[in-house]
Amino acid sequence: MKDVAIIGIGMLKWGELWEKSIRDLCVEAALNCIEDAGVDHIDSMAIGSMSSGLFTGQEHLASMIPDYLGQRYLPAVRVESACASGGLAVRNAFLEVASGMSEIALAVGVEKMTDVNGGMATYALATAADQDFEAFHGVTFPGLYAMLARAHMQHYGTTREQLAQVAVKNHANGTRNPNAQFPFAVTREQVINSVLVADPLTLLDCSPITDGAAAVLLAPVEVAHRLGRHPLTVITGIGHATDSIALVDRPDMLHLGAVAHAAQRALAMAGKTIQDVDFAEVHDCFTIAEIMVMEAMGVVPPGQGGPATLDGMTALDGSFPINPSGGLKSKGHPVGATGVAQLCEAVMQLRGTAGERQINNARTALTQNMGGSGGSSVVHIVEVQ
Amino acid sequence: MQVPKFWREIPRYYRLEAGKCDQCGKITFPSRLVCPECGSREHSKVHLSGRGTLKTFTIIRIPPDGFGDQAPYAIGIVQMDEGVGVMAQITDCDVDALSIGDTMITKFRRVREEGKTGIIMYAYKFVPDVGV
Ligand SMILES: [Zn+2]
Repeated sequence: MKDVAIIGIGMLKWGELWEKSIRDLCVEAALNCIEDAGVDHIDSMAIGSMSSGLFTGQEHLASMIPDYLGQRYLPAVRVESACASGGLAVRNAFLEVASGMSEIALAVGVEKMTDVNGGMATYALATAADQDFEAFHGVTFPGLYAMLARAHMQHYGTTREQLAQVAVKNHANGTRNPNAQFPFAVTREQVINSVLVADPLTLLDCSPITDGAAAVLLAPVEVAHRLGRHPLTVITGIGHATDSIALVDRPDMLHLGAVAHAAQRALAMAGKTIQDVDFAEVHDCFTIAEIMVMEAMGVVPPGQGGPATLDGMTALDGSFPINPSGGLKSKGHPVGATGVAQLCEAVMQLRGTAGERQINNARTALTQNMGGSGGSSVVHIVEVQ
Repeated sequence: MQVPKFWREIPRYYRLEAGKCDQCGKITFPSRLVCPECGSREHSKVHLSGRGTLKTFTIIRIPPDGFGDQAPYAIGIVQMDEGVGVMAQITDCDVDALSIGDTMITKFRRVREEGKTGIIMYAYKFVPDVGV
């Protein structure tokens, strides 16, 4: 297997982008990425999108996007694993390059979510849950995570303030990210007193509905050297795991098994432990999710995610910064794009080009992307070499 | 939800039909072709008693399409006495008085009416067991 480098990243400003279609979003992110890498060709493409069909009526992105990118006849694939579709697209591109099937592979993540009304968006997102035995009863995604939050509070004593602090911290980071959808600061009181969505979670505990895309270009390390990429950012570990789609089928619903397995596999492949990681971009689709992900990956022991967050451990200047980009909370969560954008942030931090949110001397990054209520997860380790 | 899809699940929705592994005794709801515990493919039909303990719950304030006329409504996860978890709405109660650990029993209730197909979907919901 070849060693694989990230030779280019492509982001754009996310938000409610009425004037941009799903094809516009993909092409803009891909062109930014190809320009960043300075390559004259690509050999294959993987597109991550959770539900372009329900959100826009458009499937078959694997045909449309290469064509509009000026790459007709390119081999392309669209992959889906709910909100982990983006991370999975990067994994797909990694496998192309590592195996030698492609020299230069593009991964694009996209979701165009605001063409439909709120009820339809809520329905589309809920298709990531068990349709016949969860969504059938009228549960929503905030509802699933709200049930996890209530159980976590009861079992571990996690507090309302600790949950709110995740949003406060991520929005504070997002004020330093020009691409963020909601780059404003919030207070704990504002989070706690915002409108209830699914008790105990409020609107400001939830990531938003967003239009957006992101792209990364992968190539063998020797090609990255030839292109003069410096500093060199290398994917040294990939972990991917799945779990039951229904919450009720997990032996301990407060343990995100797919996240734990994916993180262990990625760290083992990289020859690292979680203590070797300098910072992480994680899937904070809801405030409780970031806390549970910290615990599943072993950043803190089970039940300690809330107190550690309140103590500032995961702040930009803390001992283990999480979501310097602002996370899904502030940056936005176009579901299929999120996993790819996490890698864009990792590369910006490792290159030292993250501007006002730069983490000093960052050498090893971890990104964690998650589908549904934890039914799938993809973790990447990226290092400067 | 399409008519055939609802019709197919009627044994689960109306009668809480579950699967029991012939080899290790694991109960699954819905039943599965492969036991998640021991991998056995031999299983028998059983019916859940409908009694269990509330593990967690929420109150849905912003509902998905199709549930707009019902919000706010409570929904929870109940560990059934047979050991398997079941998610459903919690009804006929003061939702502000619900607590984790409450004893629940299932009742047969209307879940929703489907606008497009016109079918009225019934299934189990939970109500607190007040001992009457
Ligand atoms: Zn068995």
